[in-house]
Amino acid sequence: MSPEAISARAENSVSPSSAFVTGDALPRAGDPADAPKIARNTSGPPAKNKGRAPRSGDKRAVFRNNWLGFAFAIPQLLLIFTFFYWPASQAIYWAFTLQGPWGGGSEFVGLDNIKAVVTDPVYWDSVVRSLVFAAVSTGLSMGIALVMALLVDRELAGNKIYRSVLVWPYAIAAPALGLAFRFMLAPQAGVLAFVNHIWPGIWDPTINGNEALGAIIFAFAWKYVGYNFIFMLAALQGIPRSLLEAGAMDGARPLRRMVDIQIPLLTPTLFFLLVLNITDSFQDSFGIVDIMTGGGPARATNLMVYKIYFDGFKGLDYSGAAAQSIILMLLVIALTFIQFRYVERRVHYT
Amino acid sequence: MLPISRLFTAAAATAAGLVLTTAGAFADPVKFDFWYGLSGDLSNVVQQMCSNFNKSQTDYQIVCTSQTDYDTNLQNTIAAYRANKQPTITQIYDIGTATMLLSGAVTPVYQLMADNGYKIDWTNYIPGVRSYYSSSKGDLWSMPFNSSTAVLYWNKDAFKKIGKDAAPKTWEETADDMKALKAAGYDCPMAMDITGDESWQFMEQFSAIHNQPIATENDGYDGLNAQVMFNKSMFVKMATDMKSWYDQGLMVRKGEKQGEPYDAAFAAGHCEMTIDSIGDHGTIGKTAPKGMQWGTAELPIYAGTERHNTIVGGASLWVLKGKSAGEYKGAAAFLNWLAQPDQALFWSTNTGYIPVTKTGYDFMTKSGFYQNPIYAGREVAVESLSEGTPTPLTRGIRLAVMPQIRQEWGNAMQAIFAGTVSVQAGLDQAADRSNADLAKAAAQYKGATLP
Repeated sequence: MSPEAISARAENSVSPSSAFVTGDALPRAGDPADAPKIARNTSGPPAKNKGRAPRSGDKRAVFRNNWLGFAFAIPQLLLIFTFFYWPASQAIYWAFTLQGPWGGGSEFVGLDNIKAVVTDPVYWDSVVRSLVFAAVSTGLSMGIALVMALLVDRELAGNKIYRSVLVWPYAIAAPALGLAFRFMLAPQAGVLAFVNHIWPGIWDPTINGNEALGAIIFAFAWKYVGYNFIFMLAALQGIPRSLLEAGAMDGARPLRRMVDIQIPLLTPTLFFLLVLNITDSFQDSFGIVDIMTGGGPARATNLMVYKIYFDGFKGLDYSGAAAQSIILMLLVIALTFIQFRYVERRVHYT
Repeated sequence: MLPISRLFTAAAATAAGLVLTTAGAFADPVKFDFWYGLSGDLSNVVQQMCSNFNKSQTDYQIVCTSQTDYDTNLQNTIAAYRANKQPTITQIYDIGTATMLLSGAVTPVYQLMADNGYKIDWTNYIPGVRSYYSSSKGDLWSMPFNSSTAVLYWNKDAFKKIGKDAAPKTWEETADDMKALKAAGYDCPMAMDITGDESWQFMEQFSAIHNQPIATENDGYDGLNAQVMFNKSMFVKMATDMKSWYDQGLMVRKGEKQGEPYDAAFAAGHCEMTIDSIGDHGTIGKTAPKGMQWGTAELPIYAGTERHNTIVGGASLWVLKGKSAGEYKGAAAFLNWLAQPDQALFWSTNTGYIPVTKTGYDFMTKSGFYQNPIYAGREVAVESLSEGTPTPLTRGIRLAVMPQIRQEWGNAMQAIFAGTVSVQAGLDQAADRSNADLAKAAAQYKGATLP
C-alpha cells in the first residue's frame, strides 16, 4: 500500500470517529440549536471534515491567535502535503506525459494515456468488477454488522464479549487476512477442500472467476463487519432509551421498534459507513487481492487498484498507471457525490 | 530539558567516536553498494559471500543490501537512479534484461572489466548463459550471477511401478507415462500451474528447446518492433495438449493458491513428475521423505524435433552509471573475484544455482560435487543449457514487457483451462494484448536502441 493511501486511511479512521463520539456523547435533549450541527459531523466524509473550518464559532473564544492554531496544524499539514498532495500532483503530471521508467524524456502527450486506458475493454471489465465488489462487499458487511449490532444492543447473553471481540478483524492487516483466507479457501488443502471430496471440482476459485470474486468479497466483508459493527453499536446506544421504552409501552414489538425507531435514528451512521465502506473497497482491497488471487483467474479479480499496481510497478508503465489512478480518484469522488446528493436526502439527522 | 540535552551530548559523543574510528583506520577501504532481490536463506548466503569478499582484501568494502525480491529490487533501483542514489551493482532478474539494456543507466560489464584492467575469457561462460546477457554483438552487458534452468523432476519409485527406469524424452512418451501412472493408481501424474510465472518452463523454455520463436526480430534481439509469436508457433500444440491432459487428470494444477505448490507436491510424493527450476533441487531433496527415489532429466521435446539448449533463468549483476572511479574499481574487483571457480563451488553448494562458467563447472565436477548424492542431478541443468550452439531463437528473450506478457499468457491459459475460450482464440487474445504492451514500451523508450 502506498504511503499516501496509508495516511489517508489513518485520517479516515480517526477524524470521523472522533467527530462521531463528540456528537453522540452530547445528550440529544440538550441545546436544540446545537444538536443538528454536531450530529451532522457524524456523516461528513473524512475529506470534508478536514477542509471545513470546524466549528470556528465555538473555538474563537479559546484561540484568539490564528497563527498559533496554524502552527499546531503545520506538522499535520506537512504530512498531508508530503504524502498526499505532492504524490497526487506527480500522478497528474505523469498521467499527461509519457514517462520512461528510468526518468528523463517525459514528453507531454495530452490525453493519450487516458484515451489508451478508456478504450481498453479489459479496463472497463476491471471497472465493472470493482463496482460489483464495492456494492456486494459493502452490502454484506453492513447488513451483517447491522443485524449483529441490533442483537448486541438488545443485551442478549454475552453481549459484552461480542462488543470487544467483533471489532478485532478490522485490526488485521489486509495481506495477513488474505493469507488466512487463502489457506482456508484453498480448494485442495483448505477448510473448504472437503466439498471437493464430496463433489469433485465444485469449489475451485483458482480456475472459476466467479468463485474467486466471491472469495475476495467475503474476505473484505469479513474485515469490515467488525468496524461497521462498532460504529452501529455506539450509535444505537446513543439512542435515548426513553424513545424505545415509549414505543414498547405503545405495544411495539422489538422488530417494530428496530424498523421504526432504531434504524431511522441510525441513518446518519449508516450513511457515514456507506461512504466509508465504498471508498475503502476501492483502495483497501489491494492487499486481499494481491495475496488471495493475484488478480486472476483470467482477470476475474483484477480490481482497479490492483491493475494500477501491476501496470505501474510490475509493468513499469508509470503513465498508464497514473492515468488509471486519476480515473479511480474521479470515480470515487463521483460515487461520494452521488451518495451525498441522493442518498443523504433520506438521512434523518434528528 | 535535561534528558534531551543529555541525549544530544550522547549523540555527539557517538558521532565523534565514529569519526575517530574511521579516521583511525589506515587507508580507508572504498565502500560501494550492492542491492539484491533475494531473501531468507539465499540472502544469508549472499551476505556470507559479501563478507568473504571483504575479508579477502583490504582495498574495497562491499555493502550488500537485500531488497526482498526481484520486483522490488528493480523498482527500488529505478527509484534510486531517478534520485541519483543508485547502488554501484544491482541484481536484476532475467526478464528485466531488456529494460536494463534500454535504460541508458548501465555501464556494460565487459567495458567495466576492460577499463579496470581485468582480462576475462568471456567464452568461458556457458553458452546458454552468456547469450542471454550479451548484446547483439556478443559483449556481456551484465555479469551472470544466480543462474538456473528448467528440468523435469521424476519419481523413480513410481516409474518402477509402471516398469520404467528412465525419464521420458519426448512429450509423446510423457503422455504415455502419465496415462500408465494414472492407471497404476497415481492421481497426479504431473504437477503444474498456470499463474503466469510458469510461462517460463512451458512456453519460453519449450520454445527455446524446439527452436521456435517467442517473438519476431529473433525474440526481440534485433529491434523494439518485435511482436510475440507464441500464438503461431509450436506452442499452440503444447497448449492444446496441456489442456487435454489437464482435462484427463494427467496434469494437475498445483499452486500456493490451491493449497500445495507443484514443487512441494512433487517433493511430498503427491505428484510423480513436475517441471521446475533446478534452483529447487536442494529444497526438494531436503523435504522429500527419506528413501524416496527421484531424479532430474532434460525437458521433453516433441518426437521428430531436434533438441536445442534451454535458456537461463535467475538474475545477473548490473553496474549502474554515475558512480566514482574508485567504486567502479571495487565493483570490477568484486565481479572478478566472483568469477573464480572456487566461488562457483561456494555458491552452488549453498544454493541450488548452477555454475555459470565452464571452468567453474569443471572445478566442481573434479571436486566430486556431482557425485555427492545430495547434489547429483544438478549437472542436468548445465547439460541442458549447453545442448548445441545457441541459435538466434535460443539465446534468450529481449522483450521489455516480459512481466506483462507472462501475465497475459497466464490469463489466457486460465481461460483456456476453464473452458471459456478455445486454445487458439485465447492465445491470440494474449498475443494481441502483449503486442499492445510492446508497442507502448517502444514508445516509452523512443530513440533508444538495444545494444
